[in-house]
Amino acid sequence: MKNVWIICRKELHSYFVSPVAYLLLVMFAVIFGFFFWNILGAVVYYSMESLMAGEPSPMNINEQIVRPLLSNINVIGLFFIPMITMRLFAEEKRTGTIELLATSPVRDIEVIVGKWLAAVLLYAVMLLSTMLDFAFLFKYGNPDWKPAAIGYLGLLLQAGGLLAIGTFISTLTRNQIIAGAATFGVCLLLWVLGWVGEYETATWARVLSYMSVITHFDSFSKGVLDSKDAIFDATVIFLGLFFTARSMESLRWRS
Amino acid sequence: MITVKSLTKRYAHNTAVDQISFEVQKGQIVGFLGPNGAGKTTTMRMLTCFLTPSAGTATVAGFDIFEQPLEVKRHIGYLPETPPLYPEMRTAEYLSFVGQLKGLSGVELRSRVDYACERCAVTDVKNKLIGKLSRGYRQRVGLAQAIIHNPDVLILDEPTAGLDPKQINETRDLIKGLAGDHTIILSTHILPEVSQTCEQVIIINKGKVVATDSVSNLQNRARSGESVLVEVAGRNATLDPATVQRKLEQVAGVSRVVFKQDGQKRAVFEVEGEKDRFVRGDLARAVVESGWDLNELRAAAVSLEEIFLQLTGEESSAAVEKAADGETE
Repeated sequence: MKNVWIICRKELHSYFVSPVAYLLLVMFAVIFGFFFWNILGAVVYYSMESLMAGEPSPMNINEQIVRPLLSNINVIGLFFIPMITMRLFAEEKRTGTIELLATSPVRDIEVIVGKWLAAVLLYAVMLLSTMLDFAFLFKYGNPDWKPAAIGYLGLLLQAGGLLAIGTFISTLTRNQIIAGAATFGVCLLLWVLGWVGEYETATWARVLSYMSVITHFDSFSKGVLDSKDAIFDATVIFLGLFFTARSMESLRWRS
Repeated sequence: MITVKSLTKRYAHNTAVDQISFEVQKGQIVGFLGPNGAGKTTTMRMLTCFLTPSAGTATVAGFDIFEQPLEVKRHIGYLPETPPLYPEMRTAEYLSFVGQLKGLSGVELRSRVDYACERCAVTDVKNKLIGKLSRGYRQRVGLAQAIIHNPDVLILDEPTAGLDPKQINETRDLIKGLAGDHTIILSTHILPEVSQTCEQVIIINKGKVVATDSVSNLQNRARSGESVLVEVAGRNATLDPATVQRKLEQVAGVSRVVFKQDGQKRAVFEVEGEKDRFVRGDLARAVVESGWDLNELRAAAVSLEEIFLQLTGEESSAAVEKAADGETE
């Protein structure tokens, strides 16, 4: 456990001494800010309109703002995940520092979990930056904080799974660009797979749709903590890290 | 300290290391010598548990590389061919990170970082980014990283590659200085390095050990009889090398005379004596009695280079000559 923390701290250090972390944070915060402003503007506009028409509709900040916002940001996250994970192992393989890690008295799994945890923490910091926008919601409105909190938990769990997949892909190559592009492709695929479920109800379509991470975010965004979805995300995390460990092991036979 | 038994590494299409066996005693510096691609790095990677062997076994500091890899790693300091450095870290930060990986903490960690910095002369760049350091400094930080946890065994893969001559000397001295506390294996394809730093040599070629011996024994082994270089000068007249050669060949105990080079009024010969005969005295007398000057007479040390080429089967010109001679006799 101590070793996991040593690796994790070193990775966080690497993120934050290079421009990577700041670039991701700023881009994420700006894009989230834009979505926030956009959705808020639309909601205000329509409620004003309905008020003018003399038939005011009931307003629900959680349903009308928090939920679409979290769903949008969940998709935005897909674009950021490859940028977080692509260097994790590819860089170490390219510069040869992997030899240091592999010949130190730490277990492979400690290295893997340490690196993955650093990626998750960076993503968590990115999510933290969006709290700024939410602060305004709470100041000028009175949304329920619990569904929002569960939404954030869902974001983090799903990102954990995708980051684990990204970590795995990063062990397959010494080229960061390849690792990033492949991870991006997989993330996109896991998103769009859900679309088949919208028009097709055959078993294969249901299976494909079930495999999509976005499908499993739906209930989180509503503020419902469904064990089925949490277990799905936990499984993705486990499988991602498991394959990373196998890939690390195969390095010892091949390289 | 290190026992290797028929260690083998096979890949799909080739065998990088083929049944290597050797032993290294505690406190020794052993040179691992071989041409590029001989399997040096692969062997070292197996000893450090970076690679899993296909067959055979090895123990390091009493621990089996299969059964107790974590213990082996705890007792080994390893410097790969390219030092495993993170350019975005500062020297002291990096050494402290490696120290933690190796299980150090607290006061001990801090004192070991200071010690390693001092020992490897990197104290003055302690707070510099590793990415900004020169090649020589990086190599030394790499060495500092290897000794940070005071390991019993140091495995250094081409520690002087890519350094300038001054840095090479510094690094060699540093390694020699470390020898007291650690058992060291270092690989190289540079021969003088071995004769200058190591006590014991393991020569490896195409994945096999071709010789294991001390440096001096190896040199003796390759030298069959006495071999001397003689420089002769004509007193006031010009010199006819052929005459001198004939004269030298007549000296008792001389088996062969090779004309090496011709200068103004002087000539150099390499003279080989028969086994166990010392011909130097007779040679000197013969030269002087013939009325020539003896400018120089010295033992021609057989260089490690020649031994190496003989053993690895690549033919040097000398080896070819000797072989041709053997056939005519």
